[in-house]
Amino acid sequence: MKKGRIKVMLGNEACAEAAILAGCRFYGGYPITPATEILEAMSRRLPLVDGLCLQMEDEIAALVAAVGASVGGTKSMTATSGPGFCLMQEAVGLAVAVEAPVVIVNVQRGGPASGQSTSTAQGDFYQARYGSNGDYSLIVLCPSTAQEMFDHTIKAFNLSERFRIPVIILSDEVVGHIREKVFIPEAEELHFVERKAPTMPMEQYLPFKAEENGVPLMAAFNSGYKVPMISQAKSLNGNRGNAKEAAENIRRIVAKVEDYMDEFAEVQVYGDENAPTAFVTFGSLCRAARSAVDMGKEIGLALRSVEVKTVWPFPDKLVRDALAGAQRIVVAEMNLGMMKREVERVIRQPEIEIELFSKIGGIYPQPQEFLRFLEGKR
Amino acid sequence: MNPLAEKYLRKEFLPFLFCPGCGDGIIVHSFLKAVDELGIIDDLAMTSGIGCSAWIPVYMHADVLKVLHGRAIPAAIGLKASRPSRKVVVFSGDGDCMAIGGNHFIHAARRNIDMTVVVVNNQIYAMTGGQVAPSTGVGSRTQTTPYGNLEKPLDFCKLAIGAGATMVSRWSTAHPKELSRTFKKALNHKGFSFVEVVSQCPVQTGRYILGSGSPQFNLQWIKDNCLPAKNPAQWAELEAQGKIPVGDIMQVEKSEFMEEVARMNQQVKEAAAQGGEN
Repeated sequence: MKKGRIKVMLGNEACAEAAILAGCRFYGGYPITPATEILEAMSRRLPLVDGLCLQMEDEIAALVAAVGASVGGTKSMTATSGPGFCLMQEAVGLAVAVEAPVVIVNVQRGGPASGQSTSTAQGDFYQARYGSNGDYSLIVLCPSTAQEMFDHTIKAFNLSERFRIPVIILSDEVVGHIREKVFIPEAEELHFVERKAPTMPMEQYLPFKAEENGVPLMAAFNSGYKVPMISQAKSLNGNRGNAKEAAENIRRIVAKVEDYMDEFAEVQVYGDENAPTAFVTFGSLCRAARSAVDMGKEIGLALRSVEVKTVWPFPDKLVRDALAGAQRIVVAEMNLGMMKREVERVIRQPEIEIELFSKIGGIYPQPQEFLRFLEGKR
Repeated sequence: MNPLAEKYLRKEFLPFLFCPGCGDGIIVHSFLKAVDELGIIDDLAMTSGIGCSAWIPVYMHADVLKVLHGRAIPAAIGLKASRPSRKVVVFSGDGDCMAIGGNHFIHAARRNIDMTVVVVNNQIYAMTGGQVAPSTGVGSRTQTTPYGNLEKPLDFCKLAIGAGATMVSRWSTAHPKELSRTFKKALNHKGFSFVEVVSQCPVQTGRYILGSGSPQFNLQWIKDNCLPAKNPAQWAELEAQGKIPVGDIMQVEKSEFMEEVARMNQQVKEAAAQGGEN
């Protein structure tokens, strides 16, 4: 039994709680519905631990400042929603390029543009992966409960430190604003990962030469290593790279994540693992899908819900395994079929047509709708 | 090799990417002279964005974060917040700092956060091949104002003063000694210090606006047009004559942001310890 306490809190507050525990000491923010409670909670909490929560002039500055603090040796984060997430995309690329660990929370709302500020949606599925320019990779986690907002925030900090990447928590309005029980373990019950710093003399340190795990050692600024960190494609010593060096640099920052997916990729199955009919869901929609599975059980209908917790890099193998034997596959999501494309790519069985249960417009579906969908087709 | 270059430049990063006749080399020298006299190279944390001047700190053997176009100041704020004892310096250009990065500049000055922002003003977007900038004069022909510029240039120093900077200076590459002295002053200033450096770009500004790509001609143009002003009256007088006044315009003492943060954090923690909030 883990030591800790149970508190009823908003998903967004659970995120802030975990960030403080994980050692986040700088938060760059900008108010936006439905993510504002994270900024508000951090502005209350960070002064108590000698941190700084700074409301910046826009979301670009919010994430760039977080990257600056990270380079300075401080764990840092930001949170936003759709339009703010758009503004942050250039700095996602910056964090990728200088290999700065940082956590970015996107509490999704309706889009495009201002969309539906107070309504839930999952339309940033691809933006979270491909929003910035060029080839890169990062990790995207999708919580479905206030507890997972807490757990995924701890995990996000650990993964960002392990891989020196931005880690995105792709939440949504339902998860951000749900108020439910959260178990907060004592700090000693949790495992925290810290970036590895060099110990060799400065003359031998190559700031962008990878260690065996694909990740270079990270010297904080003013720690005696005099690091050149540029946002350009670079050589091992940090200078602008030639064509060969640039290509190697880009290949490595992708491989350092994608070659190590076993360390973090997560897919859960709820319900009957051998049920012929399977839902595939992520984020808040896992909740309604679970209820639908339970309701199905009551009427003798065997169902499974495959919950993709780490949507990027898309866990092809785990999803394929979780869907083994399924004859009917319904991807349920609050967009017009984004994750469906990924499932279609992964499940190449001509006899199975991947179906889409799509809900947009900001109204969260009732569990009965899942069952009616199954009845309505075939 | 110049002894300052020997001591402070990254040899493996040379040669500079600056064009022959560029003013950036003079600025590197003036800055390193100030850093050397103060002995603060280990404490420096420098940031820059995109453009010719953004490469100035990269050649210096120090901790340097070169980020995206316009975003050097928020990156610098993060570094300062991470460890307030750092000497944070931003190198930027007129387009980088005042067009795409203008909003960040205003709000950093407003906060009076302790950092030095150096803006190299060559009156043009040079690295991209000579397009109009917020500092380009009315009537100037550039690659994107082929019929003459209709927009009035922005006065960076007045903007800095209006936004709340607590030290504001303007010098030029024709005043290397004064510039170095002002860098020293700025690095010692507690608060947001702004140093504008009017600089020559023979390749773009020279060829397209001033009518000659000769380095001598361009430096002479700066000498003829950037004239020291001893007081606000002289400053205004030179402006009225169409000249560019240079000098240390203002310096005031005001509470610095990170010190205020430390004070607030202390108070909040004490209140919490006495059984207050949370």
